[in-house]
Amino acid sequence: MTTTQPPLSILQKDGKTAKDKDPNLPADQLKRLYETMVAARILDERGLALQRQGRIGFYLQALGQEASHVGSASTLQDSDWFFPAYRQPGIPILRGVPFDDIVNEWYGNDGDTSKGRQMPVHYSFRQANFVSVSSPIGTQISQAAGAGMAARIRGDDTVFMSYFGDGGTSSNDFHAGLNFAAVFKAPVVFVCENNQWAISVPATNQTKSESMAIKAQAYGMPGIRVDGNDVLAVHRVCKEAVERARKGEGPTLVETVTYRIASHSSSDDAARYRDADEFEAWKQRDPIQRFQRYLQRKKLWNEAYEAEIQERYKQAINDAIKRAEARPRPPLDSLFEDVYLNLTPQLRAQREELLSLEGPESAELGEFPL
Amino acid sequence: MATMTLIEAVTDAMRTEMRNDDRVVVFGEDVGKKGGVFLATQGLQEEFGEQRCFDTPLSECGIIGTAVGMAVYGIRPIAEIQFLDFIYPAFDQIVSEAAKMRYRSGGEYTCPLVIRSPYGGGIRGGHYHSQSSEAYFCHTPGLKVVIPSTPADAKGLLISSIRDEDPVMFLEPKRIYRSVKGEVPEGEHVVPLGKGRVVREGSDVTVVAYGSMVSICEQAAEKAAEQGRSVEIIDPRSLVPLDEDLILESVRKTGRCVVVFEAPRTCSFGSEIAAIVAEKAIEHLEGPVVRVGGFDTPFPYSLEHLYMPDVRRVLKGIEKTFQW
Repeated sequence: MTTTQPPLSILQKDGKTAKDKDPNLPADQLKRLYETMVAARILDERGLALQRQGRIGFYLQALGQEASHVGSASTLQDSDWFFPAYRQPGIPILRGVPFDDIVNEWYGNDGDTSKGRQMPVHYSFRQANFVSVSSPIGTQISQAAGAGMAARIRGDDTVFMSYFGDGGTSSNDFHAGLNFAAVFKAPVVFVCENNQWAISVPATNQTKSESMAIKAQAYGMPGIRVDGNDVLAVHRVCKEAVERARKGEGPTLVETVTYRIASHSSSDDAARYRDADEFEAWKQRDPIQRFQRYLQRKKLWNEAYEAEIQERYKQAINDAIKRAEARPRPPLDSLFEDVYLNLTPQLRAQREELLSLEGPESAELGEFPL
Repeated sequence: MATMTLIEAVTDAMRTEMRNDDRVVVFGEDVGKKGGVFLATQGLQEEFGEQRCFDTPLSECGIIGTAVGMAVYGIRPIAEIQFLDFIYPAFDQIVSEAAKMRYRSGGEYTCPLVIRSPYGGGIRGGHYHSQSSEAYFCHTPGLKVVIPSTPADAKGLLISSIRDEDPVMFLEPKRIYRSVKGEVPEGEHVVPLGKGRVVREGSDVTVVAYGSMVSICEQAAEKAAEQGRSVEIIDPRSLVPLDEDLILESVRKTGRCVVVFEAPRTCSFGSEIAAIVAEKAIEHLEGPVVRVGGFDTPFPYSLEHLYMPDVRRVLKGIEKTFQW
């Protein structure tokens, strides 16, 4: 168990692996991991660009964290569940969610699976067992514990993966969720993506614990630190945690040590509070490039392949954007749907009130960033 | 039919649904072996085992957070919060998560859970064992809020709440847990949410009351009758969704309305009922809509009897509607 020791690494800078540590994953699996990470990066670049062009209202990037969430998520079976935060764009891609579904959510149009009800990047993808994302920090942690408790009650073998950042470890739900999960031996892998920054507050001011992983000891579960920019190391650690969970041995806290290359969101400018040297140093540890060198050594990567996948994802995402922009807003009626299974008499009356208005729709509204 | 107290009816409802549907589980602080501090879950762990009726660590945030996860995953949690006064650490999970899950996911994920909690004053509990904070929850779209006033309603409404596809706050007036007894149908007994009850028919003034205030208003109605006032009492039974039609129909008949509740007056649910009556039945009103509620103070200990609406204050409220 590594809690305060340097995080476990497999991939070296030059693409070699630490001695005897190459997991020798099958070629198709390695390529799937790589392509998902690349696709997530392209998606993020397009997302922020659209926000800057004023075509969508808001965006949150996961630059630099692709290995952390793709490596961990890839250890689950399709029947397993995610209780995500808002910085795991690779998960829906990994699970085969069409780019149209992802991009429609940014636009909040009538093709959005969540019917235009949330800001961009707060996805819900039932088909991928990807539970609706909310903005309050940490709430998904105790929910994952509860879902794990429910699976045990039902007697099924589903495993749950819950994502949160270094800031999330300060939340009430982190404490409650890890405690409940341990007490009830819930089959949950808690993935703390320690990207060093909660908006402008560094992880060193978030806690005086020696690490995030060490907090697991207080709850009576294993806590493991892993190099979050090393997709093979994250995969290995999470695979073991998932196996433990599935065997009924209870939860694990995995701390993926990584870095938020992006600003917090499209409304934030990290250059105002972050040291440029720190940023540059982490940029050198880019998880995609590191993995690329490894694949190159394995003869699984070359420039033609790179050009092919870049083109494939750019095309697919741009096509999805084009289609999303042509779609209308959700219908007016949908404003009142899904508050409850059925409209209450009060909601029915309020809908009629809105429908009865005449004249052009008004409203000069503010828009992010304010 | 069996004669039961209100709390026995609550237990009976849970037992009935746990027998009907093996997805139903009950948990909270001390609900297992002890059967709850008020004994609402007595016998459930014995009958259904520790998997379906269990104690949790002492964390309201954790109880509701895990309940949300369970409901999203597809079982039917009934979470007990020992006193409604202790629910605030769970407020985020109730308001930001349970209440919004269906809406924010476009209906992809739902959160059918029941949060049961004893609420209200009249038991010398001071301000941490007495509050009526139903308005916070009524103010949150996505939640249903249910409050019974009789044993039969407690059973029927709780069964409906457990079967409901949306999150329900089921608030139990603990002052009358054991003081009211009544006939309760055995086995299946369902009272739909959103349908109020005419507690007493009358023709001069409508009194709307819920929870422990219903029996206070019944006593007040007897006194008023001695003075020649015919009082109709309406118990909405669920505040959300609210049976507006029943209330408005009664006010259109009587032309007067008093709303009685324990909560502090400002922004209370009683204020909401008063506003609805004022907005929708103004042409029938012969006097002001009067609120008789708690005061805008924290819930007191020694002077609790002065804080709680009593027969005297209800009668005064009724008289006000005639002085116009």
